[in-house]
Amino acid sequence: MTSKTTSYSKIVIDGLWKNNPALVQILGLCPLLAVTSTVVNGLGLGLATMLTLILSNVIVSLIRHHVSPEVRIPVFVLVIASVVTAVELAMNAFFFDLYKILGIFIPLIVTNCAIIARAESFASKNPVGPAFVDGLTMGLGFTLVLAALGALREVVGQGTLLAQAHLMFGDAARWMTITVFDEYGGYLLAILPPGAFIGLGLLIALKNVIDTRIGRREAKVKLGAAAQPAVAAQ
Amino acid sequence: MELRTPSSPHNHTHGTVTTVMLRVLYALLPGIAAYVYFFGWGVVITISFAIGVALISEAAMLLIRGRPLWPFLSDGSAIVTAVLLALSLPPLSPWWITLLGVSFSIVIAKHLYGGLGYNPFNPAMVGYAMLLISFPREMTMWFPPQMLTENPLTVLEIISVIFVGTSPNGMELDALTMATPLDTLKTQLNLEKNVADIVAGNPLFGTLGGLGWEWVNAGFFAGGIWLIYKRVISWHIPVALMASMFVAASVFYLISPDTYASPFFHLFSGATMLGAFFIATDPVTAATTPMGRLLYGAGIGLLTYTIRTWGGYPDAIAFSVLLMNMVVPTIDYYTQPRVFGHRRN
Repeated sequence: MTSKTTSYSKIVIDGLWKNNPALVQILGLCPLLAVTSTVVNGLGLGLATMLTLILSNVIVSLIRHHVSPEVRIPVFVLVIASVVTAVELAMNAFFFDLYKILGIFIPLIVTNCAIIARAESFASKNPVGPAFVDGLTMGLGFTLVLAALGALREVVGQGTLLAQAHLMFGDAARWMTITVFDEYGGYLLAILPPGAFIGLGLLIALKNVIDTRIGRREAKVKLGAAAQPAVAAQ
Repeated sequence: MELRTPSSPHNHTHGTVTTVMLRVLYALLPGIAAYVYFFGWGVVITISFAIGVALISEAAMLLIRGRPLWPFLSDGSAIVTAVLLALSLPPLSPWWITLLGVSFSIVIAKHLYGGLGYNPFNPAMVGYAMLLISFPREMTMWFPPQMLTENPLTVLEIISVIFVGTSPNGMELDALTMATPLDTLKTQLNLEKNVADIVAGNPLFGTLGGLGWEWVNAGFFAGGIWLIYKRVISWHIPVALMASMFVAASVFYLISPDTYASPFFHLFSGATMLGAFFIATDPVTAATTPMGRLLYGAGIGLLTYTIRTWGGYPDAIAFSVLLMNMVVPTIDYYTQPRVFGHRRN
């Protein structure tokens, strides 16, 4: 992967869909499964991870010519750790309640393999621009999956959507909480870890189904395009 | 006169999946009859509803997966799953419990793993474990045998309880429930009472196990023996399961009869017989070699006794079966019988 052949649109498609860190690379499973019991928790951790990814990608890309290959991994780890520390302190300052709920999983962003994987396989080989976009879209892809899984588990598990939205968007956002089912008894399995595994499995299956459908349609179009000149020649 | 020599193997087929499943269903009848006698018609209604849900989920999944409908629907495997799960549920479970459990069994535990023959975990027990974890309140609403209630519910009242939630005279479900014998034993033992006192003063307990439960278990035992006689199942798993449970229970019972229930109580309470003959012997998820089956059955018996005695749940057939399902590939790998003509190792 060299910078010349990497177009921005390819980076965007890779991050959001084709090479989605959660659905295709299956990276960062620990936070993905642990904090996605509600949309707000998933979104909170997703955004924190995205911020970390952007900052670490940009920094790694900036210093890529000054770090010798032998020491690059420890350097990347130090960069990521510093960024995570900064993000953690920022969340502690501005989103204190959410910070308390997410707890250990914010400092644990440092161990999210998706971040070091992007630093190593992309940012260290590309200029700042693509590295920034890569961090943004990879982080966004991860966040979307976290939020989708959070929504799935929240609706099935406790019958609401965006519960405790005020933790993230301030007190003005209390109206955002949607009660999907009234007097819902709750479905404990969806909130518990097995629900996270089953939910992620279903999301991955859904993506595979969509990809197969697209693949089939493209094959048909290609066949049609190949057949047309032949028909015309006759 | 013509003397024909057919080619090998000189062995007649023992029947199709359909005949096997039908025989399993016949063998369940004595146990179900005892169940109805002691606990009322609720179980029959739950079973019928579960069968309906199972067939609909099975058909839906077959359609989605583009498989032929009739051969798979008529093989009876979905019906057996539904009946086994329905028998594990409390007899007056609300309809949505049955709906969620059975559809989870068929859709998630069976078809998402590839359908009949590919599922590593016993579908009925996956559904049961899911329900027990998700709905602890509904799943522990057991009822005492009819003899112990003042006026047993009529069939119409039972239907109303299951599908609407309250019986016609406005009685809440909670008012009818009572702890099962296994449950009572566990909570009372935690209060540091001794077994003899708990059993003596309580009408819930019978001669061997719980009142009613011992006959339900005896019914399943009889049906299981018939299955072995018909060679639908082999003797290894049930015998190993009961033997290991009996031995473990005997050891602790001999050490301290005050704090541990008798081995017969364990054999004739809860789901022991249903588990030993019908659930653990599922041909898809159980071990397949003779030695492996002995290990598999013994593992389930030991785990059930362990969880019943020291664990958090009063009965544990479902969890034990699922845990042993997990080690089946390892067991089968290490217990391959010697191929004829080959040396040992």
